[in-house]
Amino acid sequence: MVELVLFIVFGLIAVAGALSMVLHPNPVYGALGLMATMLSIAVFYVVNSGHFIAAVQVVVYAGAVMTLFLFVIMLIGVDRAENLEERLPMQRQLAIGLGVAFLVLIGLIGGNAWITAPASASEPNGSVEAIADLIFTDWLLPFEVTTLLLIIASVGAVALAQFSPRRRGGAEE
Amino acid sequence: MTDWIDVLIVVVKVVAAFAVMLVATLLLIWAERKILADMQNRIGPYRAGPWGLLQALADGVKLFFKEPITPNRVEKTVYLLAPILALVPALLMFLVVPIGRPFFIGDREITLQAMDLNVGLLFVLAVSSMAVYAVVLAGWSSGSKYPLLGGVRATAQAISYEAALGLALVPVVIYEGTLSVAGLVEGQSGKFLDLFPAWNIILLPSFVFFLMAAIAETNRAPFDLVEAENELVGGFHTEYSGLRFALFFLAEYINIFTMSALTATIFLGGWNGPTWDGSLPSSITWIFPILWFALKTFAIVFVFFWVRATLPRLRYDQLMELGWKRLIPGTLIWMIFVAVAQAFDEFGAPWAS
Repeated sequence: MVELVLFIVFGLIAVAGALSMVLHPNPVYGALGLMATMLSIAVFYVVNSGHFIAAVQVVVYAGAVMTLFLFVIMLIGVDRAENLEERLPMQRQLAIGLGVAFLVLIGLIGGNAWITAPASASEPNGSVEAIADLIFTDWLLPFEVTTLLLIIASVGAVALAQFSPRRRGGAEE
Repeated sequence: MTDWIDVLIVVVKVVAAFAVMLVATLLLIWAERKILADMQNRIGPYRAGPWGLLQALADGVKLFFKEPITPNRVEKTVYLLAPILALVPALLMFLVVPIGRPFFIGDREITLQAMDLNVGLLFVLAVSSMAVYAVVLAGWSSGSKYPLLGGVRATAQAISYEAALGLALVPVVIYEGTLSVAGLVEGQSGKFLDLFPAWNIILLPSFVFFLMAAIAETNRAPFDLVEAENELVGGFHTEYSGLRFALFFLAEYINIFTMSALTATIFLGGWNGPTWDGSLPSSITWIFPILWFALKTFAIVFVFFWVRATLPRLRYDQLMELGWKRLIPGTLIWMIFVAVAQAFDEFGAPWAS
């Protein structure tokens, strides 16, 4: 009962946030909408007793990532009008076609019966200890590969910032 | 039957936590003004009530009756939302702090902590990361130059010091092996060598890093570039007046109190302390844990005020350099050291087997 009420309330908030993220003309309100969506998703995790993942969701996405988004939006300047010219040819038609294809796919998947693993006997355990056990034993390799991916991304960001065309040839030294 | 009693207990706890925070805030504002005045050879507030104790209350009432001015160029929704967003995380964070020893009514254990989460410390970090939104949005929605600068500064500062705050806690978690705040307090009971209390303060670098990051996180001097009054007028709250300003002010002081309470709980043993359980009647001994907790919290609060009175404000590039080039590498190195030491302790040296 409680779960259902929470799902309805926060599901509506999540959808409304996502819609305002896409539709609102002001990017700051868009960022706020996205934040509302992420917090609602964190609530879903809590309801499904995934406390750890909920906390991480808030720290990483709602906390750090959205703060960075807001920072960038403010630095660029909110008041400047967006350039709405479409640079990719066929962008609109392609988007509509892919969207329809996606909907068809969802319809196909949703229309068929799902085969799921048999429900395990024990309660789902979302505690830190259980997750740590899984990450550092069964899923160690994927976990380490993901960290490698993040390091590559940050090295790439540093490289891009270092060799931007404005500072060509180290003219500033 | 039992269900609604449990709900009632939680409600009472939350209301009690709220009351504790508000009363503590009033005392905190008074204490700060008195202590700062003393350090600067002034008297400080002395008119309202005995020793000026009611000064903060008087200020609050005054702000309550002032006209809330809404400037023309503000972004209305966000402008009104920001003070509320400032207060909510400040109030939430205190809920995981245990303020005293659990006691029993019948066979029902009642902890003096609104909720004990399995991920208590992560909850603290999550909530404290939400606190920056209020400052950023207030700065942006005010529609004027100085608040916007304050907001942008707040974002950069929060991101930098949040990382240090979290990393400073990792050694404690490795050492204690738990993320629950009540578990941390339990782990700090007892003594080393029958001599020193077994507090986490032995992880001294962590304590120092955490305190620095906490001061930056609450935007206090010397890290108060968000509201540096001689550069930015009032920073993010320049355009706020009346009750809305009061909410920001309240949130700032509640944050100081909560951060101090957390520091005391994580590093100074929380409510642990001598209670003389055997020699005194239990009607007296129950008060000691709460007293110890209050005393330790106040000691940390005093450090906050002391630092504010002593150190000049940092320049912005110094702030960033301290955060990224000193604090974060420092916490990382210390974390690796503690992790290796803990691994030795648990598994023995790699060459021993």
